[in-house]
Amino acid sequence: MKQLVFLLVLSFIFMSKIYAQNGGTVRGNFQTTMQTYKSDSLIGATDAPEFVLLNSYANILYTNANFTAGMRYEGYFNTLQGYDTKNDGFGFPYRFLQYSADNFDITVGNFYEQLGNGLVFRTYEDKNIGYDNAMDGIRVKFNPHQGIYFTGIVGTQRYAFSKTDIGYSQVQNQGLIRAFDIEFSPNDAIDSLNDAKTRISFGYSFVSKYQKEQSQFITVNDTTYSLLMPQNVTAMSGRMNLSTGAFAFSGEFAYKFNDPSAENNYIYKPGTATFVNISFAKSGLGILLSAKRIDNFGFRSNRTATLSDLNINYIPDISRNHVYAFSAFYPYANQNTGEMGISSEITFKLKKNSFFGGKYGTDIRLNYSRMQDINKQQIDPNIEINQKGTDGYISDFFAIGKDIFYQDANIQINKKISKGFKFTVIYQNLIFNYGILRGEPEMQTVYANVGILDMTIKLKTKHYLRIEAEALFSEQDMGNWAMLSAEYTVSPHWFFSATDQYNYKNPNNQEAHYYNAAFGYKINATRLQFSYGRQRAGVVCIGGVCRAVPATNGFMFSLTSCF
Amino acid sequence: MKKLFLFISLSLIILAVNAQVDQDPNTNSKTIPSIEIKSLDGSVFYTDSIQNDGYPIIIDFWATWCKPCIKELIVLDENYTDWQDETNVKIYIVSIDDSRSMSRVAPFVSGRGWEFEVLLDPNQDFKRAMGVADVPHTFIVDGNGNIVLEHTAYTEGDEDEYYELLLELTEDLD
Repeated sequence: MKQLVFLLVLSFIFMSKIYAQNGGTVRGNFQTTMQTYKSDSLIGATDAPEFVLLNSYANILYTNANFTAGMRYEGYFNTLQGYDTKNDGFGFPYRFLQYSADNFDITVGNFYEQLGNGLVFRTYEDKNIGYDNAMDGIRVKFNPHQGIYFTGIVGTQRYAFSKTDIGYSQVQNQGLIRAFDIEFSPNDAIDSLNDAKTRISFGYSFVSKYQKEQSQFITVNDTTYSLLMPQNVTAMSGRMNLSTGAFAFSGEFAYKFNDPSAENNYIYKPGTATFVNISFAKSGLGILLSAKRIDNFGFRSNRTATLSDLNINYIPDISRNHVYAFSAFYPYANQNTGEMGISSEITFKLKKNSFFGGKYGTDIRLNYSRMQDINKQQIDPNIEINQKGTDGYISDFFAIGKDIFYQDANIQINKKISKGFKFTVIYQNLIFNYGILRGEPEMQTVYANVGILDMTIKLKTKHYLRIEAEALFSEQDMGNWAMLSAEYTVSPHWFFSATDQYNYKNPNNQEAHYYNAAFGYKINATRLQFSYGRQRAGVVCIGGVCRAVPATNGFMFSLTSCF
Repeated sequence: MKKLFLFISLSLIILAVNAQVDQDPNTNSKTIPSIEIKSLDGSVFYTDSIQNDGYPIIIDFWATWCKPCIKELIVLDENYTDWQDETNVKIYIVSIDDSRSMSRVAPFVSGRGWEFEVLLDPNQDFKRAMGVADVPHTFIVDGNGNIVLEHTAYTEGDEDEYYELLLELTEDLD
């Protein structure tokens, strides 16, 4: 019924659009990806009983003066491999109405919002990774004076498709979220500070979730006890940004009261999250230092949820997000139950017409990151670390745990030699704790070295050839890899590519070639692509767009169009 | 109920698309909406203040982790001085990096010596409002604030199309 009312309101708006003098604007996009599946035991690809699987999305957004209305259609016929199959089917899981005036903004229905860095609250969607934890409720933003911003939020969260008319899956005993945020920026609020060289801003967020009591039991000395679940759980955070000239500092600290959940094995320890960045940026030189420490900070609107379901908050990863096939082979995965680490990055440009810079200058990027476990001590000799129903463990804030999770040291050089030739080289040294990061304790830690060469050659006006050669050397996991890829583009419409990734010295003697051929066509904001071949699980980027894909063998078609 | 819902929704979509066609084909009335995002120093920025005194504007959605985006921005950077001399164009680059990599943007841009106007859209509000599906996605806006070109993805040589359009847009100016 609610949906019907919503649609009537929408139709009214659309009608008024047609008859109104100033018709407002319609925007949107349509995306679809279709794939056939062939079983291929060598690479771990499976077939699909449906033969063809398809994901599609259509967003429509209508704006007229202060008014915005939008909706998204999602259809999974059935869900592509590698995405969550509980979405099978179709519907309109996202629809909203929004009114914005000079100093306030009201949204009802679905919305995405981030408070601070997202440590205590962030809802967002990313179709490429099948992630969507949209809110369904009310959001009010109020800006009473320049430099002072309030946000208030109430609602429930998306869990696949709504099954009832009362919003997202309330029926599944999912939590209710209430949040409040204030941000204060003295430079905007106080006239005499408007043009000050030093800028500072502060923020505070408060998030409370309510979820009905559910029974959890523990057995101690043959007696079964029922655990008392807190029905209301509060998390809050304070943040600060400071910049002066080339220097900038940003920091956020968050605290969460006891929140026993499936993710933390129902321990009652409060959680903390700390996230700090310091940067220096002037023309030709950029430096970034990041640090974070996460201690029992998973936060979900259902205490039994796991994987990527129903997250209320977002833990930023500070390691570098790599884009080439092999440098992104072993990406870091956040450990919400405990992790600490640092990351640093230096980007600089060797000047044009200098000895090392050459005619066009040279870009160099150095990056290092390392993540470790936090230190965890027993609270009592008779209680195991992380024992269900207890306070879990004691952790010294500055003590470093003994397990290395991840280490990545890499250098990247971008160089243009002439009008017709440029290249990128990357070297990477990696330590990847497979057991912890992929949740497969029997797996060995992977030590890998990666080399990449990416060359772009201009053949003639609008005709380009790109050759990518990559190698990954490791004695663990799947052994060594080599890759060669050639991509021919005729700007602005066409591209053709052929790639082979070869897995050799495989410890299980499963050597395999992953052949893939693709071509695509694009015009303005529409793009379509066909490809055929084997895809290794991971992130694939061809012809300009990146996507995460599972191991598959088959034919793929995708279409994206924005209007 | 579900069928009715689907039916009404589909009619709406068709209606919406028709409404779009109804517009005068000579004036593309799409302009830049006003969305609250952040500028590089962290202060609030309203996107309707993107302007260039009657000269054309390029708006490029990108991210530090997006390979084709970086390729495109390197090429735009190489051409920026020449294009500015000839067409007075101003380039805004809107990073959709979230809090994971948002702090990387300033050192990333400065370290390469890029001189674009840099905006941060960490929760993709502006990206959604502009109907962008994937990055890179580029808009060219004429001197009157109308969007005259939308371009998705990037392959080498696409910049020639931008350049030709910029010349066309500034033909009658000066």
